[in-house]
Amino acid sequence: MESKTLNLNMGPQHPSTHGVLRVELEVDGETVVRARPVVGYLHTGIEKTMESKLYYKALPCTDRMDYLSPMNNNLGFCLAVEKLMDIEVPGKVNYARVILSELTRIKSHLVWVGTHAFDLGAMSVVLYAFREREMIVDIYEACAGQRMMSTYIRIGGLAKELPSNFEKLVRKFLKVMPAKLRDYEDLLTHNRIFIGRTKDVAVISAQDAINWSLSGPMLRGSGVKHDLRKDNPYCGYENFDFDIAYGENGDSYDRYLLRMEEIRQSLRIIQQAIDGMPEGPYRAHVPGVVLPPKEDVLHKMESMIFHFKIITEGFKTPVGSVYQGIESPKGELGFFISSDGTNKPNRVRVRPPSFINLASLPVLCEGHLLSDAVCAVGSVDIVLGEVDR
Amino acid sequence: MEEKVREFLQNRFAGAITREDNFRGDQSFYVSTEDLFAICQALYEDPDLSVRYLADLTSVDWLGHEERIGGRFEVVYNLYSLQHKYRFFLKVILPAENPEIASLTPIWDGANWLEREVWDLMGIKFTGHPDLTKILTPDDLEGHPLRRDFPITWEVPQFNWNKDKSPEVIK
Amino acid sequence: MGLEEKIPDSIILTTLDKVVNWSRKRSMWPFSFGLACCAIEMMSTFMAKYDMSRYGMEVFRPSPRQADLMIIAGRVSMKMAPVIRTLYEQMPNPKWVIAMGACASCGGVFNNYAVLQGVDRIIPVDIYIPGCPPRPEQLIHAILELHKKVEKESLKQPREHWGRTA
Repeated sequence: MESKTLNLNMGPQHPSTHGVLRVELEVDGETVVRARPVVGYLHTGIEKTMESKLYYKALPCTDRMDYLSPMNNNLGFCLAVEKLMDIEVPGKVNYARVILSELTRIKSHLVWVGTHAFDLGAMSVVLYAFREREMIVDIYEACAGQRMMSTYIRIGGLAKELPSNFEKLVRKFLKVMPAKLRDYEDLLTHNRIFIGRTKDVAVISAQDAINWSLSGPMLRGSGVKHDLRKDNPYCGYENFDFDIAYGENGDSYDRYLLRMEEIRQSLRIIQQAIDGMPEGPYRAHVPGVVLPPKEDVLHKMESMIFHFKIITEGFKTPVGSVYQGIESPKGELGFFISSDGTNKPNRVRVRPPSFINLASLPVLCEGHLLSDAVCAVGSVDIVLGEVDR
Repeated sequence: MEEKVREFLQNRFAGAITREDNFRGDQSFYVSTEDLFAICQALYEDPDLSVRYLADLTSVDWLGHEERIGGRFEVVYNLYSLQHKYRFFLKVILPAENPEIASLTPIWDGANWLEREVWDLMGIKFTGHPDLTKILTPDDLEGHPLRRDFPITWEVPQFNWNKDKSPEVIK
Repeated sequence: MGLEEKIPDSIILTTLDKVVNWSRKRSMWPFSFGLACCAIEMMSTFMAKYDMSRYGMEVFRPSPRQADLMIIAGRVSMKMAPVIRTLYEQMPNPKWVIAMGACASCGGVFNNYAVLQGVDRIIPVDIYIPGCPPRPEQLIHAILELHKKVEKESLKQPREHWGRTA
């Protein structure tokens, strides 16, 4: 009898690929022999667009890359430009940025746990996860007036003063969230079906994970101790007391536990940050580079001139290239800006964590069952906007 | 750590570092095209430095600044040592005509997609790459979009007053 | 029980158009098809807080052959455009399309080589929603407007773009 392998196309429109990912699978019966992800179905030319814009105007493009964690993208780009221009931001801005970026981490992980469980057949978690996500989205809305693409973190500070009810909203979230987190864990952690679908599925060893340049939960799930918040702190993360979660086996279940623990640690960080939030200006005072506060623009001549000049001409940058990496929910999100001394970047390179993590999909799938491929794609936590840019 | 890397490179590859640059704490070593692969291999294998993590691989098009840079393209290797928590950059300058460099896929599997992306968007060829094909752009797109001379292709938006005209594309 | 007791064995006179449109409107099955950022807002709309099942629309179909409403949620890249056209043609008639968000409507902020400047270049669109991304309320409003549009349709005069190639 002759046996043949079957080529199977999954995507680009497939409910469990979280967007427009396409995977070419070669299956032998139920086993995946070869998997080849095909990306680019959401290629937006964001890097090219950012090159054609002033530094200020390039910022909104970053929101639309990893749309599950827009504030982290803003933060990465702003930190890179601040590094390029050598700007020091006030203490309050750092605290606000830490709170917002940790809220964003929780938001991203909530969507992840919901959709991942949904892919594996546990339908109810996604409904609960989105309910809690709405609370974070409300904080976004209070800050910037937008639910998702807030562009709230700006070069040199924040877009505007934190809203008066910010502390109240964050404290309410901190009070509600731990109990909800226990609810998700009740639904999943000891759920036999969930364990059966995720344990020892999509395994990657520590050595492979390093070799494939993975980052974030994918790397830590295999037990590699690498977190930029601890290793190369930015935004004053060294002032906060928190632990980094690690996995052991590098399988999908470990990554689930790790992300749950990350939510818990993020709550710890937010608690410390909101308790110790200093008073101060919400934007650095660097004339000619950082936009002056809006109140001053309306009343002071110099501020208005600076505002006008920055908006129309931007600012001149020194020649050189900088790299700033931050720990986004997906992994190491880096911005490499090379400047030729004009008011527009010569090249903006985004180190996309999901793109690099997704490249390891063949390792996760090959030799396993076809239904585990869905689990593997889900556990990588990809956002196609960032993969394709 | 910076001293150690410099010493290592100078001892093992005398004359390989053509230039050095430290801008805002980001240390970069400009190395020659021929030595790049051997340098990366040595850095990877050295137990003391243990530069095992290729954080990123990208390229920059310096069209109009060739004289200052010494070539049109710059390939940037972002290397990270997980043990020492130290990041540094290796940079290679390539000419405008037929930019070509050795692929790092034999050392790092993760270089595979990164190199494909650089090939697709910037048109730099990586010799020895197992599957150097387009990755992001559609198959029918000609050229390499991230090159500075590739037009961003701005299209005039259509409103009521120009809705009857076919859209004008400005390159 | 309920309605059956009030109208025992009787005849109700109405027009066929009304009945057909009413049933089409009340059981519209969207195609679960997300592209980019707007897909997340689309998911929020169908989740607990905004809850589209109030309008009989919670049944997301992963296959185009079972769906009659396509929500283009996100930017359409040049590489994705042929795929979207194919998916649209795979949907059975009658079918409706909502272009959700600025990118799907007109290309949005991405006026460049990679993004299609509006999905209406390849498929006919019934409702455009502005916003980047639109709020869930906006999507709900758009769907209710689409319901009104469906109510006005007639079997005698099929929608002009049925079978039309763009």
